[in-house]
Amino acid sequence: MTVRVLAFARVREILGSNDSTLTLNDGARVSDAWAAVVERAPALAPLARSTRVARNGEIVSGEEPLQDGDELALLPPSGGG
Amino acid sequence: MLRRYSRHLLIPEVGLAGQRRLSRARALVVGAGGLGSPALQYLAAAGVGRIGIADDDVVDETNLQRQTIFSTADIGRPKAQAAAERITALNPHVAVDALQLRFDESNARPLVALYDVVLDCSDRFPTRYLVNDACVLEGKPDVHASIFRFDGQIGVFTRDHPCYRCLYPEPPPAGSTPTCAEGGVLGVLAGIVGTWQANEALKSLLGIGELLTGRLMLVDALAGRTREVRYERDPACALCGESPTVNDAREIAYGEAELDATLDEIEPDALDAALRQWTLLDVREPHEAVLGSLDGAVALPASELEARLHELDSSRSYVVACRVGVKSRWAAQRLRDAGFTRVRHLKGGLLGYAARHDDFAFF
Ligand SMILES: [Zn+2]
Repeated sequence: MTVRVLAFARVREILGSNDSTLTLNDGARVSDAWAAVVERAPALAPLARSTRVARNGEIVSGEEPLQDGDELALLPPSGGG
Repeated sequence: MLRRYSRHLLIPEVGLAGQRRLSRARALVVGAGGLGSPALQYLAAAGVGRIGIADDDVVDETNLQRQTIFSTADIGRPKAQAAAERITALNPHVAVDALQLRFDESNARPLVALYDVVLDCSDRFPTRYLVNDACVLEGKPDVHASIFRFDGQIGVFTRDHPCYRCLYPEPPPAGSTPTCAEGGVLGVLAGIVGTWQANEALKSLLGIGELLTGRLMLVDALAGRTREVRYERDPACALCGESPTVNDAREIAYGEAELDATLDEIEPDALDAALRQWTLLDVREPHEAVLGSLDGAVALPASELEARLHELDSSRSYVVACRVGVKSRWAAQRLRDAGFTRVRHLKGGLLGYAARHDDFAFF
């Protein structure tokens, strides 16, 4: 399956892109998508626990199953003000 | 005095009753920085009766690129005082509390209790959790926003809706996410996002419209696009979940306390834990780094250190590593001489580390 990955703030910066696609095995979950993104940009690893993932506009857990065509948003907290 | 608000009085959702409501309302702005600047000015212009400004900082020249409540002549002056003067000049009918203090666990709940709404315009994670906790415990809405480079996030946390901890149960590791001072921010983004915050606060005070509760608004200034994501209350939330562990507004443990920066070495066995908060600075020469380095490492060969010292950030914490631990000792000292305060070098080098970790091979 193919999913679209939108990245924000610090995650966008490390990933080097705000909009990309991932190809994942059927049955993949949100945690698999995150692992694939970290493989692409290993410096993201320390942000794993703090970053939330929204699937089609809804923040979900890592267990959430994915479907072809899903849109994921990677949302790290940012403290700046 | 009502003439000043005539454009509000023409809007049915505000009108005379709403304007009276605003004149009796009290708003606390935590942080008079990039977000606080526009928020404070619109709250004052709208006629919010009492406005508190909590900030213990002074105006710096680098603030003026986005903190439009200040003038060049304010450089060096306390922000709370300079902002209060600007507000009074804008609208003398507003009572201003210039709170020249750091919003911390000693004053969080008593301060929040004095106001009807709190705008979190702060710039550090411990304060953000503290504002959330104090607001939920005191039953006051936390109008939250944050900015990073081109990206902004805005949301409202209340006792009856998911809180900041439901959205973000954990901050990122200290040192992993630069502040505006370290990472930069587009000045006008602070204006857009801080103004949006003022809008949420005014709606909350007026009791009109739909607040950004259970929804996080994302502003992408580069793409010129906003999105929103929805989220639910987390039953496991430490503050508002089913078995809360946070029962008072206390500052979260955050920072770099785990490693004593007064020592100059770090043992290979302590490296993994240290790198959750410190950055590995790999000073091996390219010909020594045959098999790569650790994830997240910054590569800067010792021979280029002098010329490229400016690429490093003296506000960050570095573990300097070389092949066997000789050049790294020298490089760490060079960094300290250049004003870096949180620097250690890896004893025994990456070879010593690799000897203890079969899954790594660094030769
Ligand atoms: Zn919560």
